[in-house]
Amino acid sequence: MEGRILVEGHARGPALVLEEPLSFWGGLDPATGEIVEANHPQRGSVVTGTILVMPSGRGSSSSATVLAEAIRAGTAPAGIVLGEPDDIIVIGALVAEVLYSVRVPVLLTVPETLATVRDGDEIELT
Amino acid sequence: MAVELEDADRALLDGEHGEAAALAMRLVVKMAGVAQAPRLRDVTQAHIDSCLYHGQAGLDFAERLLAGGATVSVPATLNVSSLDLLHPDLVRLDDDTRDRAKRLMNAYVQMGCRPTWTCAPYQLPDRPGFGEHVAWAESNAIMFANSVLGARTNRYGDFIDICAAITGRVPDSGLHTDDGRRATLLLRLNGIPDALLEHDLMYAVLGYLLGRRAGSDVTAVEGLPSDTSEDRLKAIGAAAASSGAVALFHAIGVTPEASDVGAVLASGPREEEVTLADLRAARDELSRVPHGAEIGAVSVGTPHASETELRRLADLVGADRPRVPFYVNTGRAQLAGVGSVAADLSDAGVTVVTDTCTYITPVMHEIRGPVMTDSGKWAWYAPSNLGFEVALGSLEECVRSAATCRVVRDESVWGS
Repeated sequence: MEGRILVEGHARGPALVLEEPLSFWGGLDPATGEIVEANHPQRGSVVTGTILVMPSGRGSSSSATVLAEAIRAGTAPAGIVLGEPDDIIVIGALVAEVLYSVRVPVLLTVPETLATVRDGDEIELT
Repeated sequence: MAVELEDADRALLDGEHGEAAALAMRLVVKMAGVAQAPRLRDVTQAHIDSCLYHGQAGLDFAERLLAGGATVSVPATLNVSSLDLLHPDLVRLDDDTRDRAKRLMNAYVQMGCRPTWTCAPYQLPDRPGFGEHVAWAESNAIMFANSVLGARTNRYGDFIDICAAITGRVPDSGLHTDDGRRATLLLRLNGIPDALLEHDLMYAVLGYLLGRRAGSDVTAVEGLPSDTSEDRLKAIGAAAASSGAVALFHAIGVTPEASDVGAVLASGPREEEVTLADLRAARDELSRVPHGAEIGAVSVGTPHASETELRRLADLVGADRPRVPFYVNTGRAQLAGVGSVAADLSDAGVTVVTDTCTYITPVMHEIRGPVMTDSGKWAWYAPSNLGFEVALGSLEECVRSAATCRVVRDESVWGS
């Protein structure tokens, strides 16, 4: 997939394509990897091991800690593809790498590329 | 593109100020690369969200910094935590989580941050001034600093907030630059009745709608009254920064950078209208409990109530006492600032929560039925975090509803 690497790493997994932005804090349970945001169309989906394809992040500054905690707990996505830059997601992934030596790569792409990805497509980030 | 560093930056990277400062600088430089910033810039202060406990990872990072000798190099305030230190019995966490939350809070105090424990640092006396570059985390505080104060901060998250406070440096990019502050979305209020513009709840609802439409766009809003209060601008910002990733809005003729439309628009912005029907629909998305339905509790003060809001609430509940559990969240500084009003609130049966907030930690218990709030942010997060159904109303409507145990709302101002 074409894009700019925001956080380096290697990941492979099935795409989970979010129909709406997600705030990890208040939106993702790091104990289970489940999307819990009340109004999210994909509430109940589990992000663990997926390549999480997001139009953008939103909401809380705490999303950085929630992502790092999910990475520590082994419930995080294997990689993340963003349609818009999101520093809060990036710093969460960078700190988890510092603390736990686990890399969850983050790729920034354009909405047109995002639109070609279907749920379940096998994606590799290198 | 490599980031241009100054000698002092390299000294930090090289560990001349200790391991923690080197780690903090490495992360700041990484983020500068991500932002494609040509250089770093100084900040005068920071607001730290990392002190709120969400699990082991946050504690691991804080204790790693502390072990590496971290101290802040610029003044830093602390956001809400998971505990209410002034009213410790209010929060019902298990002992282990409480201990960890306390350890996290202590770690940041030991690094030299001020124990302000508020999500509304802009209500403190030493808030930043116009044009001042700061590193603030906490989505609503970021919005307020940029939009209402005209200070300059990017949308900083946990971890990088304390890195900025330790190094005093941030990437010179985004909302720190003139170009990054121009609006790429213009929302024009069209045909909104004066009665609704005078209704507090309109501002929370408009904020929610703004966040949904804006995503991460800097947004200009045309059509707000020139005397729109700070509390109303706070309500817009908090809701917008929850439903969206927006970090700056310009209210034309109201906020300090937006003397007129031309002053803030980027070239070729999206332009959209906001009608009364749009606002009504937005309200109903956030507030699913109808007029007349029974409620189990009320929670106000998200973000933390200002002194003005605390005084107004005390006046209202003095005349109309709540008959369901009623909570108000505020900062310890605001509570101290209103003197005897704190006792008036307690006497009227209002539970005052400080240092934390009812939607992030277990404070409300044995609540039967939906909860009413005046906050778009609380209405956005509480259904996920707490499992409550939510009714939205103005502060007056919340008090009236608490006195009658049912949702009381003035539907006429919404044109229905």
